[in-house]
Amino acid sequence: MTAANGKNKTRPPRVPMPERPASERVRDFDEVPLGYTADQARVEAGRCLLCKKPQCITGCPVGIDIPGFVKLIVEGKFEEAADRILLVNALPAVCGRVCPQETQCEIKCVLGKKGKPVAIGNLERFVADWKREHGGSPPPPVPEPSGKRIAIVGSGPAGLTCAGELIGSGHAVTVFEALHKTGGVLVYGIPEFRLPKRIVQDEVNRLAARGVEIVTDAVIGKLDTVDELLDEYDAVFIGVGAGAPMFLNIPGENLVGVYSANEYLTRTNLMRAYDREHADTPIMRSQRVAVVGGGNVAMDSARTALRLGAEVVYIVYRRSRVEMPARAAEIHHAEQEGIRFNLLTNPTRILGNDAHWVVGMECLRMELGEPDESGRRRPVPIAGSEFVIDVDTAIIAIGNRPNPIVPQTTPDLRTTAWGTIVADEATGRTMKERVWAGGDIVTGAATVISAMGAGQAAARNIDAYLRSPEPREWKVDS
Amino acid sequence: MNEIIARKQLGPDVVRLDVVHPKLARKARPGQFVILRISEDGERFPLTIADTDLPQGSITLIFQVVGKSTALLAELAEGDTILNLVGPLGRATEIERYGRVLCVGGGVGAAPLYPIAKALKGAGNEVTAVIGARSRALLILEDEFRAFADEVRVATDDGTYGRHGFVTDVIADLLSEGRTFAKCWAIGPVPMMRAVCDVTREAGLPTMVSLNPIMVDGTGMCGGCRVVVGGKVRFACVDGPEFDGHEVDFDSLARRLTAYRDKERRDYDGCRLGLNRPHTKD
Repeated sequence: MTAANGKNKTRPPRVPMPERPASERVRDFDEVPLGYTADQARVEAGRCLLCKKPQCITGCPVGIDIPGFVKLIVEGKFEEAADRILLVNALPAVCGRVCPQETQCEIKCVLGKKGKPVAIGNLERFVADWKREHGGSPPPPVPEPSGKRIAIVGSGPAGLTCAGELIGSGHAVTVFEALHKTGGVLVYGIPEFRLPKRIVQDEVNRLAARGVEIVTDAVIGKLDTVDELLDEYDAVFIGVGAGAPMFLNIPGENLVGVYSANEYLTRTNLMRAYDREHADTPIMRSQRVAVVGGGNVAMDSARTALRLGAEVVYIVYRRSRVEMPARAAEIHHAEQEGIRFNLLTNPTRILGNDAHWVVGMECLRMELGEPDESGRRRPVPIAGSEFVIDVDTAIIAIGNRPNPIVPQTTPDLRTTAWGTIVADEATGRTMKERVWAGGDIVTGAATVISAMGAGQAAARNIDAYLRSPEPREWKVDS
Repeated sequence: MNEIIARKQLGPDVVRLDVVHPKLARKARPGQFVILRISEDGERFPLTIADTDLPQGSITLIFQVVGKSTALLAELAEGDTILNLVGPLGRATEIERYGRVLCVGGGVGAAPLYPIAKALKGAGNEVTAVIGARSRALLILEDEFRAFADEVRVATDDGTYGRHGFVTDVIADLLSEGRTFAKCWAIGPVPMMRAVCDVTREAGLPTMVSLNPIMVDGTGMCGGCRVVVGGKVRFACVDGPEFDGHEVDFDSLARRLTAYRDKERRDYDGCRLGLNRPHTKD
């Protein structure tokens, strides 16, 4: 019960997201949250104060008109609400599911000061799903063709957003994807139970219907270099992500049964290894699994292992619960499903049998010391605290480095020591003429929505550049 | 694109396909590979590019049927299309003028060796090729090697053709004849590459091998293809597939290749019985 707006008006509590019970959902790969009904959405939307100076918008990396679309929900104009979001966000059904709203828009919500913020993410998901299932409004008309052509490298969130913005500005857009399916991390990384592939495909289809050309099986840097694209296109946007998995560099990491989270999730999601009857791509029938890491990818891997039939799944994380970078909802869902959390625990080696198959993971207990450069308290090993977890599979989910193929094959594209491409944060411009970059390839592994924000910013700068080419006079710190 | 324009049976289980993909053909360099997928339920698997034909815009794939995916690939006929074909992947062989070079191919490994040896010859090297197989019927590309190599020696395990013995026996012959080489390339099954490296290490002959670990995407994303080279973890797809054979941990490579053997065997058996075939093929 919250008194808001200075008046003694009683507001209903936040409408909880209906979910499938844990005992049922761990047996399949179907989606966990069920989505609001129209009534639930209108009740939840009705909680919004429609602030004159809405703070929520400032928390959104792509600047969605949040009170605008929420008001349309109250009025029952669901498709118009979705269209309002689509003006700046090409992937609302995706964002409604995977954005960390609790640290972005919702944390800014005035209602959150005394109670629970408006469930902006749940509402975004509702209108996007409603439009997909019931909507009929035509896509916005494509403006007069500009005659300019743009190549987008990578069909993940950054690339798709950039494509959506640029096609809407009248440019011809071609998206190049290395894999056989579009969506990047949305299809190879994020599991079906969190983001169904048909939803990603639907958002891609909408872009294709607006004229975006999509070329799969094209590894830029190998099939065409960025320089060759520049011969054919007026501008190139690089959004190839941070797809190169990191390992712990501890003994035993090359044993059979040690996966990178990328490999484990790609086999399961993109290659559908969970469909053991039909899919040719194999995945181990693990019984006892340890997932190393505390981010969303670690939670996704752990919950995937459970659904593939594992009896026991551990999260092994070297800091404590409060430092875990995963979305609150993901940690909560993992706990509900029975994932066991080994916090303040760090692996020291992976143990194998004579055949070099994993039989255990040796770990050390940690305690928290002084804050490190990230501001989080540094985990310090407790001497002599070694113990062994009995597992047959280890999944390493400690992060990704930028994919090296484009930087390696584009000589004058400046990169950092970490392998990221140097680009201006506000515009996405790189040090190479007519080349922009954004998303994880610039920032290192981050979120879907921040990549989308970067794709949007780059698209706007590309549009401005193509309409009035100017000499490059800006400089980027490197 | 991706259309099979020629199919030839080279041996009992060895097939050659010419596949149209003009840009890939233009970009491919010796030592590089492609990733294929044949059906919607199919897995992604790598094959090294054996040759290119620029006028007809095609690449040549030569492979042995070892499991379900290669069996399905072998069933495709001229006019069929490969669903997904991605490449050229991996680093190309460093082709330079080294002087006298030794190129050793074991079994179907002669196929990926062929473009490398030919390019080495083109760069002005004197090329000695050693190709081996279990038996005469399994030997491939002999005429193709003879067409350009300065010398070709053949070995069969069962003595049905050429020297009775392994390719390592031929290398030992060459070395005992006092022949010297600036560099060696050895491509074939893991035990064969390991054995060649044992011989050439002794002789102080630098040796490159091309590795074939399990991989999914082929672009550095999954890390499944990691191999230990000189004590360091490398990804065969982006750092290789060629590595200094004297530094490769063949033990760990061989063991990682066994990860899915049970499922592979099951699927392959099902496949040979006529089950699990793709529903449509056009």
